[in-house]
Amino acid sequence: MKKYVLKRVLTSIGTLLAIVLVLFILMHLMPGSPFNDEKLTDVQREVIYAKYGLDDPIVVQFGRYVVNMCKGDFGVSYKISKNTPISQLIETRLPISIGIGFYAVARGAVIGLILGLLAALKRDTIIDTVCTIVSVIGVSVPSYVFALGLSYTLGFKWKIFPMLYDSADALGSSVMPSIALSMFTMASIARFTRTEMIEVLGSEYMLLAESKGLSGTKLIFTHALRNALIPIITVLAPLVVDLMTGSLVVEKIFAIPGVGSLLVNAIQSNDYNVVIALSFIYSAMYIVIMLVVDILYGIIDPRIRLGKEGD
Amino acid sequence: MNEKMILDIHDLDISFKTTAGNVHAIRGINIDLEKGETVAIVGESGSGKSVTMKAAMGILAKNATVNSGKIEFKYSNEQGEQVVDILQKDKRWIRKHINGKRIAMVFQDPMTSLDPTMTIGKQLMEGLLWHFDISKEEAKNRSISLLKEVGINDAEKRMKQYPHQLSGGMRQRVVIAIALSCNPDLLICDEPTTALDVTIQAKIIELIKKVQEERGISVIYITHDLGVVAKVADYVNVMYAGKIVEKGTINEIFYDPRHPYTWGLLSAMPDLSTDDPRLYTIPGSPPNLLNEKPGDAFAPRNKFALEIDDKLEPPMFKVTDTHYAATWLLDERAPKVEMPKELRERLDRMKKEAAEYGSEL
Repeated sequence: MKKYVLKRVLTSIGTLLAIVLVLFILMHLMPGSPFNDEKLTDVQREVIYAKYGLDDPIVVQFGRYVVNMCKGDFGVSYKISKNTPISQLIETRLPISIGIGFYAVARGAVIGLILGLLAALKRDTIIDTVCTIVSVIGVSVPSYVFALGLSYTLGFKWKIFPMLYDSADALGSSVMPSIALSMFTMASIARFTRTEMIEVLGSEYMLLAESKGLSGTKLIFTHALRNALIPIITVLAPLVVDLMTGSLVVEKIFAIPGVGSLLVNAIQSNDYNVVIALSFIYSAMYIVIMLVVDILYGIIDPRIRLGKEGD
Repeated sequence: MNEKMILDIHDLDISFKTTAGNVHAIRGINIDLEKGETVAIVGESGSGKSVTMKAAMGILAKNATVNSGKIEFKYSNEQGEQVVDILQKDKRWIRKHINGKRIAMVFQDPMTSLDPTMTIGKQLMEGLLWHFDISKEEAKNRSISLLKEVGINDAEKRMKQYPHQLSGGMRQRVVIAIALSCNPDLLICDEPTTALDVTIQAKIIELIKKVQEERGISVIYITHDLGVVAKVADYVNVMYAGKIVEKGTINEIFYDPRHPYTWGLLSAMPDLSTDDPRLYTIPGSPPNLLNEKPGDAFAPRNKFALEIDDKLEPPMFKVTDTHYAATWLLDERAPKVEMPKELRERLDRMKKEAAEYGSEL
């Protein structure tokens, strides 16, 4: 198991480096630069380039960037908020996006799991039908529609939660956006859980466990759930990242100062450092979550943990 | 129910609700079993063998309906001997008093019948801890001795392993150990060797035979392998389309079969001592029980079928006290029909060989 984790961590670091390289090259291949202002003369532009080291060969720039990055320095913004260090720019925004995403995932996963479980256990009954309808709606209706609906009812009509993000009431402000965002996760998890559970419940090892005389709850919690969870975790991982990185539209509706809007601004204005830094953080999150999922697999499924050494 | 009887299935009738309609899977079955006896239920896939036994375990699928019948089971507890009709009891009661504890089951495919995410030890101890009020330590010790009983070496080490670390034969031994863990009175083996390597099959059968003798339990074999039947059974029930078409002692079924379907099954056994390179098969396939037709269900595949076979289902005709067959050929008005010549010769040869080697079969 230790060897397995170590191997996975090393590959993850390699992957991250490769991602930075690709991002760096792509950004420099893009036409234009952060300093596209027509009022600048060529001389002025050269001075600015020299100041930020943009006149060096790309290899040198890349080396410098990676070295600085390892020290936790992502450079400064060239355009959006001139000369502000990126870390400072992200510092306040990232926790908000991650926080809302986390609530959304937690809520979606738990409710989805319960709905899916109920649907599978009460298969072909009215409960199953209701769960199916809920999950079809959740998958097919976009999150901003839920956001608008929530905003109108809970926010405007009944005034339970603030309609716009209020940093003084961060928890209350994140309720509505996280519900809106969690609908898709919940629906996908519910559908997936139902399918997996039905398959597991029909398996022969469940029949054997049943023939031992165990009670229904014991059957489900000690045998069925664990086996059904293995594939569910696979779909949960990418959903988690999607949510953590926030949804731009939902952020706009609730005026949340998250990273989504920052990224769009940065791309539009060719603000290299901001784009690379944010893309890097997204990738890092994705890779870390994949790593966590792989390790979770090992914990849940002995066939992966023990691999060939068990033979 | 007589003195020695342990299980008495009487007129069992089960149907399944499916999207295509009602499937009448079990159409009036009678099986009885005495203590220490071995009964085999033989038939093609889909003839209802497994369903009958699942009914006895109370683990029928949700869409099954029991239309009529009784499954009486005798066991003893602190209050003495009890006879219950399993079909009248609710699931909770069956789980607590019957499943695993008094009737246990060995499933067909050991590759899929063990939980892949749980250690062998845990799966063994689970039933023990559930049914008996014993400590974990005690359950562990009992499990280890069970593993040894079913012929697994270094049992302590195996307890900590997962199913995927064991071979197929080994897993089936574990499944048998699980079945034996709570000291059942009746062991139901649902095609216990079908999914195994031929070299392992004989060993597993020997193992089941051994534990049966040692523990004095009754065993029901569900199988379509007549070779297995010959090795283990005292009585044989031949099933076709949800009915028992012939029943008798092992010698009666093998040396004096009366039903054309049994003839077919016996002819279909591979035989090395014949010059004929062809392998006999029963023509056609089992009927779809979705649309029941009047008459004998086997008639369309039966070259000896009489006219009445298409109109009226044959009753059980008595051949001897232990031998019955449901075919109109046994009616006194029926024409005299003998089993196919090749089969007769083959059975005679088998009988002679058996006599030479000094065994019954």
